[in-house]
Amino acid sequence: MIWNSAADFWAMGGYGIYVWGSFGVTALCIFVEAMWVKHARGQALIQVVHELEAQETQDKDWQT
Amino acid sequence: MFQKLFHFASPQNFYPLAGRLWPLFALLGTGLAVWGLWLGMFVAPSDFQQGEGYRIIFVHVPVSWMSMVIYLAMAFWAILGITLNTRLSGMMCRALAPTGAIFAFLSLWTGALWGKPMWGAWWVWDARLTSELILFFLYLGYIALTSAIDDPRRADKAGGILAIVGALNVPVIYFSVKWWNTLHQGASVSLTKGSSMAQIMLEAMLIMGIAFWMYAVAIALYRVRSIILIRERHAQWVADLPEVKAIRAGASA
Repeated sequence: MIWNSAADFWAMGGYGIYVWGSFGVTALCIFVEAMWVKHARGQALIQVVHELEAQETQDKDWQT
Repeated sequence: MFQKLFHFASPQNFYPLAGRLWPLFALLGTGLAVWGLWLGMFVAPSDFQQGEGYRIIFVHVPVSWMSMVIYLAMAFWAILGITLNTRLSGMMCRALAPTGAIFAFLSLWTGALWGKPMWGAWWVWDARLTSELILFFLYLGYIALTSAIDDPRRADKAGGILAIVGALNVPVIYFSVKWWNTLHQGASVSLTKGSSMAQIMLEAMLIMGIAFWMYAVAIALYRVRSIILIRERHAQWVADLPEVKAIRAGASA
């Protein structure tokens, strides 16, 4: 092991803020993007269903 | 082989394929990221010049590579879309752009956090940094242009041209450290000269690079499925999808 303690690891030899600022924001971006695409898929499915239902009501109106 | 490729060039056939593939890429990406981070943060020794600060390399270099690779991938799909007029190409292009923009942003962000302690500045108008900033703006421009045009096929065409022309910037970024006398250091890994880094550092960096690559593929495949759904929403096959039927059954119950 190259680190003497957990504090040593987090300090990164005095570069902690720069190293963790890089890794942290990268992790955050990946997390937000993953949530975002998941949300977008839900929205896309809802839109598909809404338009299908609107189409069906229209077809019914046409018949009566 | 070609018949199979053409088979999956249709959105209807690509949709289920992408659905099967993205979890594989996501799993591979996660596994490689754990391995790469372990090597980079716990196994690789500190650098004799930069101490522990150099560890930013394990995220900075991979995200920068990916920001360029994704743009080239977009240009590839754009060429395919414009020459063969395949519908899926434009959708792939659109699915890649946000991820590319995020990677370009991360390249600039991690670069700033590395530049501050090592160069004493968050930002300098260096050729490498400036061309990467242009790449970031190209991504934003692509997203703005394609979302400003209502007709999706026309938007794909206009965006495609931007993707192809903008791809000229990618070799400029790559060779900028050679062509100009820049503050940004030269390539540590070169196809012709091999690597000037310690073996373990290089390994960790390459593994992280592949991990981000797998992530980009997974997220683009996931995103393209939503794009396919929206564009093909009037097609019968979309109405027949189990996930669409499930929502309708849930709503009427």
